[in-house]
Amino acid sequence: MALEHLQIYWWLLISVLGALLVFLLFVQGGQSMLPCTRNAVDRNLMINSIGRKWELTFTTLVVFGGAFFASFPLFYSTSFGGAYWLWMLILFTFVGQAVSFQYRRKAGNIYGTGFYDWLLLLNGCLGCFLLGVAVSMFFFGSEFSVTMGNILDPGAPVISRWAPTHGFEAIFCWKNWILGFAVLFLARTQGALYFMNNIGGDDRFFDLNKRRVLVNGVIFVLFFVAFVVMLWLADGYTTTGEHSFEVTPHKYFLNYVEMWWCLVLFLIGVVMVLYAVLKSSFAKHYTKGIWWSGTGTVLVVLTLFWVAGYNNTPYYPSLTDPSSSLTIQNSSSTYFTLKVMSFVSILVPFVVAYIAYVWHKMDRSPLTPREMEGDDHSY
Amino acid sequence: MDDLITVVDWSRWQFALTAMYHWLFVPLTIGLALIVAIMESVYVKNRSVKWLAMTKFWMLLFGINFAIGVATGIILEFEFGTNWSNYSWFVGDIFGAPLAIEGIVAFFMESTFIAVMFFGWKKVSPKFHLAATWLTAAGTALSALWILVANSWMQQPVGMEFDPAQMRNVMDDFWALVFSETARAKFTHTVASAWVVAGVFVIGVSCWFLLKRRNVDMAMSSIKIAGWVGGAGILITLATGDMSAVSVAKHQPMKLAAMEGLYNGKCGQEIVAFGILNPAKTINNDEKPYLFDISVPYGLSFLATHNPHAFVPGISDLINGVRLTENGDTVDAVSYADRIKIGREAHEALRQYDSAMAAGDKSAMAAAAEEIKAKYEYFGYGYLDSPDEAVPPVALTFYAFRVMVMAGGYLLLFFAVALFAVYYRPKWLQNRVVNWIGILSIAVVWVCSQSGWITAEVGRQPWVIQDIMPTKAAISAISSSSVIVTFFMFAAVFTILLVAEISIMLTQINKHSKEDITTISNE
Repeated sequence: MALEHLQIYWWLLISVLGALLVFLLFVQGGQSMLPCTRNAVDRNLMINSIGRKWELTFTTLVVFGGAFFASFPLFYSTSFGGAYWLWMLILFTFVGQAVSFQYRRKAGNIYGTGFYDWLLLLNGCLGCFLLGVAVSMFFFGSEFSVTMGNILDPGAPVISRWAPTHGFEAIFCWKNWILGFAVLFLARTQGALYFMNNIGGDDRFFDLNKRRVLVNGVIFVLFFVAFVVMLWLADGYTTTGEHSFEVTPHKYFLNYVEMWWCLVLFLIGVVMVLYAVLKSSFAKHYTKGIWWSGTGTVLVVLTLFWVAGYNNTPYYPSLTDPSSSLTIQNSSSTYFTLKVMSFVSILVPFVVAYIAYVWHKMDRSPLTPREMEGDDHSY
Repeated sequence: MDDLITVVDWSRWQFALTAMYHWLFVPLTIGLALIVAIMESVYVKNRSVKWLAMTKFWMLLFGINFAIGVATGIILEFEFGTNWSNYSWFVGDIFGAPLAIEGIVAFFMESTFIAVMFFGWKKVSPKFHLAATWLTAAGTALSALWILVANSWMQQPVGMEFDPAQMRNVMDDFWALVFSETARAKFTHTVASAWVVAGVFVIGVSCWFLLKRRNVDMAMSSIKIAGWVGGAGILITLATGDMSAVSVAKHQPMKLAAMEGLYNGKCGQEIVAFGILNPAKTINNDEKPYLFDISVPYGLSFLATHNPHAFVPGISDLINGVRLTENGDTVDAVSYADRIKIGREAHEALRQYDSAMAAGDKSAMAAAAEEIKAKYEYFGYGYLDSPDEAVPPVALTFYAFRVMVMAGGYLLLFFAVALFAVYYRPKWLQNRVVNWIGILSIAVVWVCSQSGWITAEVGRQPWVIQDIMPTKAAISAISSSSVIVTFFMFAAVFTILLVAEISIMLTQINKHSKEDITTISNE
């Protein structure tokens, strides 16, 4: 297999991890709805439901970062070292999440349950929003430059340089907000869908989540449509050489047209999400919405990554110095490393299989307040 | 970029802070996972209520500790990008692979099966649950394997070559990374030391139960399991400590010299068993290195090379390029001043290569590439202004090493006595003084563990990759004020969470020491 094929393969794996991460953000979406839930029993049910999946979301984020590091190290170097504050704020919200489930109701918890619920809320809202902002930069660009020769400058030997605002410019860019809010409300929609699937024995709570699906689903659709319109109207770069690019009007729309299979999957994904929202909102007792919505989300996000990185498109465009834009060709690891990593990736289906098996085993019956009371380890 | 050194220093402080906090929790996670798995295995075999209660109790403490280890761990991984972005590109082709493998192989295993451990008691069969517990324990060890392979590569860079066209290092032998001498020593040493940490923790907490005269049977059984795990751990730690010393002597002689506070070495070098460094001593004066020392003849030569008569170079010897054979002949005399000169020549050759590549001059490129290859061994020295910069903080390395060794010696005795007492002199364990020694030893094992980490990481300064890249060439182009703010944010958050963790741990332990553990449910 040639280097070019391995680069395509690893962008595919990055896309899969990214897509799964967006689906698994239903955990954060559930967390973001805690303040709307005044009933303590409901709140504990919600937290114990998503609390059994938080490690998967967390791990997917970590592996997404690790896989990017291994396969496209110039992205890791440029984005993380440049958009410092954006990534730091994301990480801070996830630090809070990691302890909150475990500590919130334990005896000896000196800060009180409310403190940890607040951390979960922060992660649920800000974490999702900022991840959306970070992904938005893949399409609307960021202010950085890459100069390899800087490695030999003893006074300032840094290859990648970013705008002096170090990520704040991305956080306060309205274009990025659109995807940020879309991700947040998608996560909230899927959080409610997951509760409908995973929590049983309480019709009132089920109906509450039906309403949540509808409200958050409608808001999500508005932001998503705005994002898609912006994306399809936006200019993008087309790669003409290793470090040369030309501006192409409606680049991402053209990518969808030229890679027709992306468009087909995109549309299928959109329909699946809409079907999940509508059927879950209006059917009397439909619990499978999370699977339709989850599958649709994965398909849509996959195609977004593909139009960002395939078809001679730089996946990380630079607004400051277009020639510094990152492509899957100029930012990747070498043939040897990608080959080694590809052998390791053979394990991925095995990993997915045991996750699916354990998920099935653990979620065969819905969570109920009664089960939680008797559970030795409830959050 | 403003204030380069300030950014470097604050980035180092931030990384050190994160790593040390992370290292407070990780050894307990690794070791306690094994102990819990053993206890559950006994339960599955004999279906005793006592063993189930024990398993659940220690699993509860494992869960409290695991969460905060995860929280600090995510920061560490991403700090390679946020604070050391140059490093991420310069060696990302090599360093990224173990991190990605850690995620795919270990993290998913842990995060999937830990949910079964905590919530699966009534959802899966006992054997499936036991398998999940063992897989979680295996996941923690596998995670340690890959991160330690990555760390070892920074200390002994192998399986790579420099590609001047891309201005970065690229991997050419994956297995050389995985099975390097340093990786083998570091993995076994670190994982075994984690068993020691967990062993002391379990024995210490059990001593609290014995002090309270509550759940005595459970406490005695816990001491047996922890005694064997910790005892095996301390023996392996000692043996692999020897492997580490030999590896350090070969690949990081400056670190070894700093560990010993040794400035001028000799054949048949003694080792300082106990000593106080002379703070006035530097490489530029002739002061005595120690104010006071008790030394073991030939000890360092034997420890470092397994030959009591071998020459061990000191800091000044290395800087001046002095290496002696057993017969006193001088060999391999590349001084640090020469290394800096050669390093700068390698930099210049790389500039020439870059210019030749831009001009399409293939013969000039080939000539420059040849020169870079010949001089790349000292590439990192080209960033240094003077040889002094290549000397790590001697006092911190020296004292941290001694604290680790002395505490390790104490812990060997601790496990020997604990095992002897629990099997042959159980009455000893009814003594309040003995109980308190057991409890207070928890502090000793953490001091030992942290000291080991300080020795390994401070002793290798100023290198982020040994001889190839100093920390000051590895950083991101960010302002020092940004790093200062995030440093204090991390310091505050980690401290708040540490206080929370300790409070919850102590409350849970205290609560379970007041009631019959087999009758109360774990929270």
